[in-house]
Amino acid sequence: MTDSGGKNGAARFAERLGERVYAMVLDLGAIFTLFVQVLSWIVRPPSEFRNIVKQMEEVGVRSLPVVLVTAAFTGMVLALQSYSGFQRFGATSFVGSVVALSITRELGPVFAGLMVSGRVGASMAAELGTMKVTEQIDALVTLATNPVKYLVVPRVVAATIVLPILVVFADLLGILGGYFVSVYLLGANPYVYIAKTYQYLEFKDIYTGLIKASVFGMLIALISCHHGFVAQGGAEGVGRATTRAVVASSMIVLISDYFMTSFMF
Amino acid sequence: MIAIRGLSKRFGKNVVLDGLDLTVPKGKNTVVIGGSGTGKSVLIKCAVGLLRPEAGEILIDGQDILRMDERELVGVRRKFGMLFQGAALFDSMDVGDNVAFALRRLKMHPERHIREVVEEKLSMVGLRDIQRLMPAELSGGMKKRVGLARAIASEPDILLYDEPTTGLDPIMADVINDLIISLRESIGVTSITITHDMASAYKIADQIAMLYKGKIIEVGTPEQIRTTSNPVVAQFVQGRAHGPITDESEEFVRFVHR
Repeated sequence: MTDSGGKNGAARFAERLGERVYAMVLDLGAIFTLFVQVLSWIVRPPSEFRNIVKQMEEVGVRSLPVVLVTAAFTGMVLALQSYSGFQRFGATSFVGSVVALSITRELGPVFAGLMVSGRVGASMAAELGTMKVTEQIDALVTLATNPVKYLVVPRVVAATIVLPILVVFADLLGILGGYFVSVYLLGANPYVYIAKTYQYLEFKDIYTGLIKASVFGMLIALISCHHGFVAQGGAEGVGRATTRAVVASSMIVLISDYFMTSFMF
Repeated sequence: MIAIRGLSKRFGKNVVLDGLDLTVPKGKNTVVIGGSGTGKSVLIKCAVGLLRPEAGEILIDGQDILRMDERELVGVRRKFGMLFQGAALFDSMDVGDNVAFALRRLKMHPERHIREVVEEKLSMVGLRDIQRLMPAELSGGMKKRVGLARAIASEPDILLYDEPTTGLDPIMADVINDLIISLRESIGVTSITITHDMASAYKIADQIAMLYKGKIIEVGTPEQIRTTSNPVVAQFVQGRAHGPITDESEEFVRFVHR
């Protein structure tokens, strides 16, 4: 009900809030259902191997440049900022450790996740949304092909596999970026810097980051495919679906990051 | 044969199909006519299992598809081919891959024969040498014909046509009509066509059914429909602005009688 002549502001607000929450719960339920469907179709023949490889190229190879640039600059700015802070209590030799830990544990996976949300989430939602409004998804069904199996499974599998790989490169570039800024701009001793990077970095820091990345990949693909699938109403609807997919997957990256971090601390 | 009984489908509060009954005889073309938004598309989407109705039964060769789970439905859908209103070609693939789609998914032919089979299906709809073109490079009429070639590629028993002539020029519309007739004669498919193009309906139909207010209100041969005594059907097939259909709809009353 948008027409609320007799109601006061508070009741209207509660009503809108309720509608929003209700819509969100419906979305969550639909995304979970999609997840279950993906799991049940993953194992059934025919194999979608070729589609998965194609999506890995789309999600991975094509996202590599933007993820690398983001990671390099993150590492660089991190070195600058922590140098300026650590200088105040004479701890500048720890810049290397801080950069390495922040990048591998947190910033590498999260920034890669956010970049992929924008790039890949948008393209998945737009592509599936267009297929939905032009009846191509219905056409798949009439050609004896399950759309979840043919469209969603390859995207989810590809994103889950590829995101950690992207993050390996992002970690590397981030640490290198920090190294170059520290050594060539701030005059840090390269041997001390590398030694400090190694000294405090544990294998656990890296693999927890990669697990996070995998979960981000899966969630981004699921959410974006869901928003594409429910698109309706022509070009405008596809645009709306795309926006929603990007906003929702960026948010879920940050929210799920907190909870995963608190579990794997 | 397809027998539809008591089919009801609603979207929210909007009742679209309300206990609809329709029998589609084998090897014949049944044309369902009705105004825009009366639920013609909903009817055929229920028949192929794209939409789930709330009540009723749809018997395909004696099996009720509404009692099937998703896996059984996949088997039944192999009997169907559907031509969509906008052709719904996969725009990420060229024409050849579009037509070959079901053949590859169902592994109906070895890969080395697929090109020939695709060529044969395309020639059945009067097209040649276009396998490498992308859907975006085709005209509206060519898209429909490629869509038709894709629908018949897996040799279905039943073909569903969703407004096959809408949006085409009269000559191309007649080409499509001839194709529909020749497919029925050459491969003997059972078909349901939904349309509001009466010229097309009279030409291709063995039987015409009129959908109005969620029910089939009259079924007959093209000749019986042309000379019907039912005022609602008569208004529709003669395309008059005044009559029982427009009198009952408030929107129309305001618009037509102002």
